[in-house]
Order: sequence, then C-alpha cells, then structure tokens
Amino acid sequence: MAHHSHEPEVVVLPPDKEKIALLWKTAGILLVITIFEFIIAFTIPHEYHNLRVAIFVGMTIVKAGYIVLEFMHLRYEVKVLFWSVLIPMVFVVWMLVAFVYEGIKMSDINFLGK
Amino acid sequence: MGASYGKLMMWFFLLSDAFTFSGLLITYGLVRSSHKAYSGAVSDFTFSTLYWPVPEKVFDSVPFLHGIELPLVFVGIMTFVLIMSSVTMVLAVEAGHRMDKKAVEKWMLWTLLGGITFLSCQAWEWTHFIVGSDTPTKVKYFLDGVWVTKDVFGANLHVNQYGPQDFADFFFFITGFHGFHVFSGVLLNFLIYYNTVTGVYNRRGHYEMVEKVGLYWHFVDLVWVFVFTFFYLV
Repeated sequence: MAHHSHEPEVVVLPPDKEKIALLWKTAGILLVITIFEFIIAFTIPHEYHNLRVAIFVGMTIVKAGYIVLEFMHLRYEVKVLFWSVLIPMVFVVWMLVAFVYEGIKMSDINFLGK
Repeated sequence: MGASYGKLMMWFFLLSDAFTFSGLLITYGLVRSSHKAYSGAVSDFTFSTLYWPVPEKVFDSVPFLHGIELPLVFVGIMTFVLIMSSVTMVLAVEAGHRMDKKAVEKWMLWTLLGGITFLSCQAWEWTHFIVGSDTPTKVKYFLDGVWVTKDVFGANLHVNQYGPQDFADFFFFITGFHGFHVFSGVLLNFLIYYNTVTGVYNRRGHYEMVEKVGLYWHFVDLVWVFVFTFFYLV
C-alpha cells in the first residue's frame, strides 16, 4: 500500500531499565503500605481509635506522596510547576481545619447533656 | 515556565478537581463527627440509625462467598486493581518517551483492563449496598403524624439499613463521583489507545497525550487512596 511511505521514520529507543525498576519498586511500596494498613485494621482494637486514625492518615499521606512525586512525575518537573501545584493545597488544609473545628462544635451542641 | 502548556493545564484542572474531592471528603468528616459514634464492642455491632456504622461491618462481603464475613477484602482487591492499573499507565508513558508504539499499545490495554475491572467491582459493590443484607434493620419513621417501625433492606437516597441516612447519601455521592472519574478515565484511555494504534502520535512526533491522560489516571488512583482511608478504614 502506498500510504506506508507517508509514515514517518521513528527511532524506537531501548527500555530504560533503571526507570522501569524504580516504577515497579514504587508500586511495591504502595502495595506493602496497603497491606500494612489492613494488618493495622485487624490487629489494633477499635478502642485505640485515635492511634488507628493517626496511622491510617499518615500512611495515606505517604502513599499520596509516592503517587504524586513518582507516578505523576512531579518530583522531576520544573520548580515553578512543582510549587504552583503544592502551594494552593494550603487552601485544602485550611478547609480541613475549619470544618473539623466546626464539626467538633456541632457534635458538642448535638450531644449536649446526653 | 519551562513546562509544556498541555501538562500545565492538566495539572491545574487536577488541582481544581482535588478541591472538589476535598470538599466532599471533608464534608463527610464534618457530618460524621456531628453524629453519634458507635460505642460498644465491635463484635456486638448491629445496624442502627441511632449511630454512625463501623465501615468494616458494612463492607464485609465478597462475590460468590455469600454469608461469609470478610471485612474490607473486596475493597482491598479494588485498591490493588487500581494501583496496578496506575503502574501499567506509567509504563505506557515510559514507552511513549521512547517512541515505542507496540509497548504503549500493550500497557494501554492493561490499563484499560484495570479500569474496566475496577468499574465492574464497583457495580457489584453498589448492587450489594442497595439490595442489603439477609436480615433487615428496624427503622422508625414519622409518617402522617405517627411513628411507625419498618423493616428496611439495603439503602438508597431515602432509606438506609446500615445507619443514619447521611451515611448512604455520602456513600453514593463520594464513590459515585469517583466512579464517574474512573469511567471518564477509561474513555480517555481508550482514545489514547486508539490514537496510538492508528499512528497519530508517531506522525505527531511525540507521545505527550499519553502523559497528560496518564496524569488524570494517576489522579483517579490518588483520590481512591483517600476515599479508601476515610470511607472504609477510619
């Protein structure tokens, strides 16, 4: 067929073994953390609610960090892009603080005298 | 700025999307903390509209294993599927950098399979949540001026056997909004796969579209990490 001559000549480079190994390693870390979360969920009793929550939130932030920095490649982007993504996250932190405070006050009122 | 326009705009879109999901999850936290928490021993837990349910007691079923209590196992499988599809996506991006059309096709197919598997699991989970458990929960309603007690199976936006109505509403909104993102992601991934097969990116001279849609796909995985923790684990 004639249209083959329109296809550009493409040079395929060999796989970057080091980079691929790093990606699989990152995936392994994510899986290990998730398994660890399951172990925590079924070994630490529910009475230690705050400890459980602290571990789960901490592990979530670690996992989020690996996804954003390695999978989404943010660690290797130019610094301006890196900071223009991270700095607006301050608003989420503020939203969290404000609403959790509000929630505590709401439950104080709801369960007043109960 | 030194970053490509398309990637920059994808990042800013994802940032705004992150705000939306933060809004949903933080509101969930707010509403949950304004309800009574279950205070007894977890082994004695029964469904009641009087207190917020223990999530692992709600999500304890696995397809084909009826009647066996397997808390969080199915949602664990879903998490595994989504993380794996994120890995195959990033491998497709890596192949794109090398202009390796065959490898991009292969990894995009795996990513598509992961996305479709996740959506299928979610369809099962929603069905199970809506249909309910074998034994009903007695729920008190104020109907036409009198209190009546009804047997309730499952949940929808009007009734909920697992706990307060808000619990079911947030389940449908948060996992539904995330599932809709996964669905859009599968469509975008298919578009990328199609364009790769037809040689669009080879003619263009780069595979940056794979990278941009890849960002979106990883974001969907990222949101699931948070939904998993705050809806299922905590």
